[in-house]
Amino acid sequence: MSNGILYSNEDTIAAVSTAYGEGGIGIVRISGPDSLSVLRKLFRTGRFSVPDSGEENINATSPNTDATGIATDSSVNMSDACDIDACAEFESRHMYYGHIIDPDTGEMVDEVLAVYMKGPHTYTCEDVVEINGHGSVAALRKILALALSHGARMAEPGEFTRRAFLGGRLDLSQAEAVMDLIEAETDGSLSAAASQLSGRLSARIHELRKDLMDILVDMAVNMDYPDEDIEEIVYGKLSDSLKGLIERIRVLLATADTGRLLKDGLKVAIVGRPNVGKSSLLNALTGMERAIVTHVPGTTRDTITETIDLGGIPVRIMDTAGIRETSDEIERIGIERSRASVQEADLVFFVVDGSDVLTEEDREIATMLKEAGKKTLLLLNKQDLGGVLTEEDAAALLPGAMVKLTQLRTGAADEGRVSEVLEELVRGMVYSGSVKQNDAVMITGARHEALLTAALQSLTDAAARTAEGEPLDLIEIDVHEAYDALGEIIGEAVAGDVVDQVFARFCLGK
Amino acid sequence: MAEEYVLGTYDVIVVGAGHAGCEAALACARMGEKTLMLATDLTSLAMMPCNPAIGGTGKGHLVREIDALGGQMGLNIDKTMIQSRMLNMSKGPAVHSLRAQADKNQYHIEMKKTVEQQENLYLKQAEVTELLVESQSSADPNAMPFVTGVRTATHAIYNAKAVILCTGTFLGGKVFIGDSVHESGPNGMAPATALAENLRALGLPMRRFKTGTPARALASSLDFSKMTEQKGDAHIVPFSFMNDKIEKEQISCYLTYTNERTHQIIRDNFHRSALFGGQIEGIGPRYCPSIEDKIKRFSDKPRHQLFVEPEGLDTEEMYLQGMSSSLPEDVQQAFYETIEGLENIEIVRPAYAIEYDCIDPTALDHTLHYKDIDGLFCAGQFNGSSGYEEAGAQGLMAGINCALSLQGKEPLVLARNEAYIGVLIDDLVLKGTNEPYRIMTSRAEYRILLRQDNADVRLTEKGYQAGLVTEERYRRYLAKRERVQAEVERLRTTELLPGQLDDFFAAHGMPPAKNKYTLAELIKRPGLDYREIAVLDPDRPALSDHEITQAEVEIKYEGYIDKQLRQIERFRKLEEKELPAEADYESIRGLRIEAAQKLTAMRPKTLGMASRISGVSPADIQVLLIWLEQRKRQA
Repeated sequence: MSNGILYSNEDTIAAVSTAYGEGGIGIVRISGPDSLSVLRKLFRTGRFSVPDSGEENINATSPNTDATGIATDSSVNMSDACDIDACAEFESRHMYYGHIIDPDTGEMVDEVLAVYMKGPHTYTCEDVVEINGHGSVAALRKILALALSHGARMAEPGEFTRRAFLGGRLDLSQAEAVMDLIEAETDGSLSAAASQLSGRLSARIHELRKDLMDILVDMAVNMDYPDEDIEEIVYGKLSDSLKGLIERIRVLLATADTGRLLKDGLKVAIVGRPNVGKSSLLNALTGMERAIVTHVPGTTRDTITETIDLGGIPVRIMDTAGIRETSDEIERIGIERSRASVQEADLVFFVVDGSDVLTEEDREIATMLKEAGKKTLLLLNKQDLGGVLTEEDAAALLPGAMVKLTQLRTGAADEGRVSEVLEELVRGMVYSGSVKQNDAVMITGARHEALLTAALQSLTDAAARTAEGEPLDLIEIDVHEAYDALGEIIGEAVAGDVVDQVFARFCLGK
Repeated sequence: MAEEYVLGTYDVIVVGAGHAGCEAALACARMGEKTLMLATDLTSLAMMPCNPAIGGTGKGHLVREIDALGGQMGLNIDKTMIQSRMLNMSKGPAVHSLRAQADKNQYHIEMKKTVEQQENLYLKQAEVTELLVESQSSADPNAMPFVTGVRTATHAIYNAKAVILCTGTFLGGKVFIGDSVHESGPNGMAPATALAENLRALGLPMRRFKTGTPARALASSLDFSKMTEQKGDAHIVPFSFMNDKIEKEQISCYLTYTNERTHQIIRDNFHRSALFGGQIEGIGPRYCPSIEDKIKRFSDKPRHQLFVEPEGLDTEEMYLQGMSSSLPEDVQQAFYETIEGLENIEIVRPAYAIEYDCIDPTALDHTLHYKDIDGLFCAGQFNGSSGYEEAGAQGLMAGINCALSLQGKEPLVLARNEAYIGVLIDDLVLKGTNEPYRIMTSRAEYRILLRQDNADVRLTEKGYQAGLVTEERYRRYLAKRERVQAEVERLRTTELLPGQLDDFFAAHGMPPAKNKYTLAELIKRPGLDYREIAVLDPDRPALSDHEITQAEVEIKYEGYIDKQLRQIERFRKLEEKELPAEADYESIRGLRIEAAQKLTAMRPKTLGMASRISGVSPADIQVLLIWLEQRKRQA
C-alpha cells in the first residue's frame, strides 16, 4: 500500500511559512477544513495577557516564570479562556491579538497576532489560518508542534502551492514550477551537507523499519498460519521489542535539538547589569562597532542580534539591556526583553564588573539565571582595572557556571581568548555526550520530527495494547502505522512486502 | 476440416465447471442470463482435486463474502462438511477464520444438483477447443474484437454474447511424478490442450504455473494411535448467513511429523525430483511448497508437520496435508513409511506436481474482463490464483459483472476496504502475481473492517442491488441488521451505577467503580466481553450467535474500527480521481520513465489504482494530479 498522507486534500496542513532566522516575525500557516478548529484550540484572546500596569513582567516565552507567580495568574485566567464561550468567534480577515497556549500543560508559548481567512478566496482556496509569532524560532516550532498535535499534519514541501494550483489559484506556468519542486525532491538535489545528514538519518530509519518488519512478519505468520509448526508470539517478548524500538525513536528524536542548532544556530544571550562591558564583549566577538558602547547605564535598550560563524556552527548573539529594576518605562521593556532573551538562549554570557564589589543587581541576575537553568559562562570583566572579585566569589555567585577573567573595554585586547572560550563551549554543547559529529544522525526538519513523533505514538499505543493483552490483530494496526510513518520519512511507498517476507522466512505448507 | 454445426445460442458460456465456473454460471443464470456451462468431464464439477477443506485464514473470509453476495460455496460446504473449526480464536476478531473439512464427493454431488436444478442454466460435457472471436465490422481502427461463442472438440459451435474462462489446471495441463511426465488435467482427467494453443494464438498473455498435491493413503493402513487427534469445535459455526446452526457428528483429523530419516531419503533422491531436475518450468507457490522444497530451503528444521485428513465419509482415502511431492512413487513409498503412524502406509494415489497455462491477470480489468477482447471474462486458477475459495470468489464476480454488462448496468467492483474479494482482484489485476496467488489476511490493509462476522453488512446490500441476492436472503439480512443495531444501541445506553458493579468488579480483580458505566463501556474493557457481563445484564434479548458476535465486535473494537475508517478517508479522494483512458503517459512532463511505461501498460482507471502499481511512486502521483488539473483547464 502506498502512503496516503501525501495525496489527500481533505486534511489540514501546517508549516512555518517564513524562513527561520533573522526575520522580525515568523508565520505558522495552516490550511484545510480544520484550520479554524486548530486555532480555537490553541489561541486565547488578548484578555489573557497580564495587566499592563504594575511591576510584573509580561514574559511570553518564560516557563521560568512559573516560579514567579505570573504563571499562577495566567492559569487562573486561562481556565476562563478555555471555556468555549469565552473564545472569540473569529471573523474572517480580522487580525486578533492574543496568546498561543499549550492546551495540555496550560503553558503560554508565544504572544501572537492571528488571522483566520475563510475559503475559497484564499491562497490555497481553503480555510487558512496564519499565526504571526514574534519570531523566536523556538516559539514558532512550538506553535507548529501544537498545531500538528491538534488536528493538522505537517505540510509536504510545496504542498501549499500544490493546493493553490489544484484549487485554481495558480496559472499553468506556476504549475510548472511546482513540478520542478517535486522533481527536485525526488532527484535529491539537496545540498551536500543536507543529503549527508539525511543519508545517515535514512540509514537509521531503514534499520528501524527492518526491525518493525520482523515484528510484522512474525505477526502475519502467526495470524495467517495458525496450524503451522511456528513459534507463537509471546507477549512478553513482543513488549520488549516494542520498548526497544520506542527507545531508539526517542533517541533519534532527541537529536532534533542538535539538528536545530546546526540549522538555526546557537543562541547566546549576553546579560549583566548596566555598564559592565556587555556591548564591548559583543563588539569584540563580532569585530563590528554595531552596538553603542557607552558608560551611561541603560543606553542599550533594544536587543541587538549578531550572527557569527564559529567552526561551522552559526551562533546568534543577543546583547540585551542591563537587567535592573527600574521605574523608567522604556527601560523596563528592555529588561523584559533581557529576561526573554535568557529564556530563548541556548547559552548565556553573564558579564560582571570584576573591579567592583557585587551589587544587588548582580545577585538578582544570578538568581534569574539559576532559575532559568541555562548553561552559563560568567565573565569577570575589567581585570585591567584591578581585580576585586575572585573566581571563588564568582563561583559562589552562580554555582556551576564556567568562570573566565576578561578585560574587555572599548577596543580591548582579550578578544582572542574570549572567542576561544566561546568556541570551546559551543563545540562542547553541540557535540557533547553521545552525539558525535562524525556519525551524528540529526533530525533537521520539522516534517521528520512530526513523522517520528507519529511513529513513536503508534508504537506506544501498540505497547499499551500488548500490556493489556489485547489481540494481535489490533496491535498489528499500530505497528503497521509506525512502519508507514517511518516509510514516509524516507519516501518509500509502503510495500506489501510483509507477505514476501513471510514466505522467505518461514517454512509453510498447507 | 470437418463440417461444423451450431448446437445452441446462449447469453453466456462458462468454460469449466470447477469452483470458479460453478459460481460464475450460477450467478449469470440467477441474474436472468441464459447460461451454458461446459466441462470436459462432468465428474469434475466442483471437484476438490487437492485438500478436502474449505476456508482457513483469509479463505474463510472469502467464503463468507461469496455467501453474503448470493454465491453458493458457503451453502454447499455447510451441507457437506464433516468437521468444522474456527481458527485463531485467541488472535482477535479480524483474523478469526472458519475452516471446514469437506466430504469431497458429497460436495461435488450437492453442487452438481444445485447447478442441474438452476433455472436458465444448462450443463453439457464437451471439450472447448476454440474461442470464437470476430473483429468489429466498423471502420474504427480502435474497435475491439469481440467474442461470438466457442467451438468444441466435436466441431459443435455454441453462440454467445459473452464467455467466461474458468479452465483451472486443465489448460495445457502436464503432470509430473518423478521423471515421468504426461499431459493431463488434475486427478488423471483429460487436459485442455487445443484451447491452450488457441488462446496463445489469439494473443492472450499466457504463462506457466505449477502446483502440487500429496498422496492419498488408505485409512486402514495407518496407525492413528501414534498421531495427535484433532477434533472439530464442539460448537459449529456455519459458513452461510442463511444457516443459524448446524448439528452433526464430526470426524477427526490427525497430526504427525516427518523426521530425520524421512529427510535423508528425500535428500538422497533430490536428483530424481521433477522439481529439481529442471523438467518443470512453471512457477510454484511459496506458501505450499513440496516436501522436497521444504527440506532444501529449511534444512535446519528437524521435522515438518503432516496432517492426515479424511476425504469423505464414504471412502477410506486420507489426504496427507503438507507432503506434496514430485518424487517418484518408490521414493514416496519409502519416505512416507519413515513417518510415525504411516509405517504400513498403502498409497492409493501418488503425490504429483501439475503444470498448467494461465493468463497474466494484469491483462484484465477490475471486472475480470479481458481488456482486449469484448465479452471475454476470466476467473479462477486461469487468472493465476490458487485455492477453491479464491476461484469461487473470482467466478462469482466475473459472473455478476458479465451479467451486469449484458444488461447494460454499472459493474460491481469491490474496493480493498470493502472485501477480501476486492483485495484479491485488485492485487491480481494491478500488481499481477509471480506464483499461484493465495489470499492472506496480511494482504488486506483494513483487516479490522473486513471481518468474517460482518461480511453480510459489507456486501449483502450490494448483492441485492446487483440482482443476485434473493428476497429471502435480503429480508433475513435486514431483520438481523436491525436486531444487531438495536442491541448495540441498548448496550451503549444502558447504564449501571457503581453500587451495581462492586461485586462484579471485585470478582474480576478490578478496583471499585467510581463512576457509572454503560454496558458498552464494560464490554470494551480488556478482559471483559458480552458473555462475561451477562450477570450484569439479565434482560438482554435472545439473539443468534452471529448477531451477538456482530454487536460485540462493533462495540469492543470501535476505536480501531474508527482508526481504519479514518485511514480510508485519507485515500478516498485519490480513489475517486479518474484517469482518462486515452492518456499519453510518455508525454507527461515530470513522470519518471518507469512509471510512464507501467501506466501505459496497465491503463489504471483512477489515481488510487495508479498508486498501487509497483513502479509508480508518490511523486509520480503528484505529477499526475497536476497534469489532470492542467488538462481540465485546457479543455
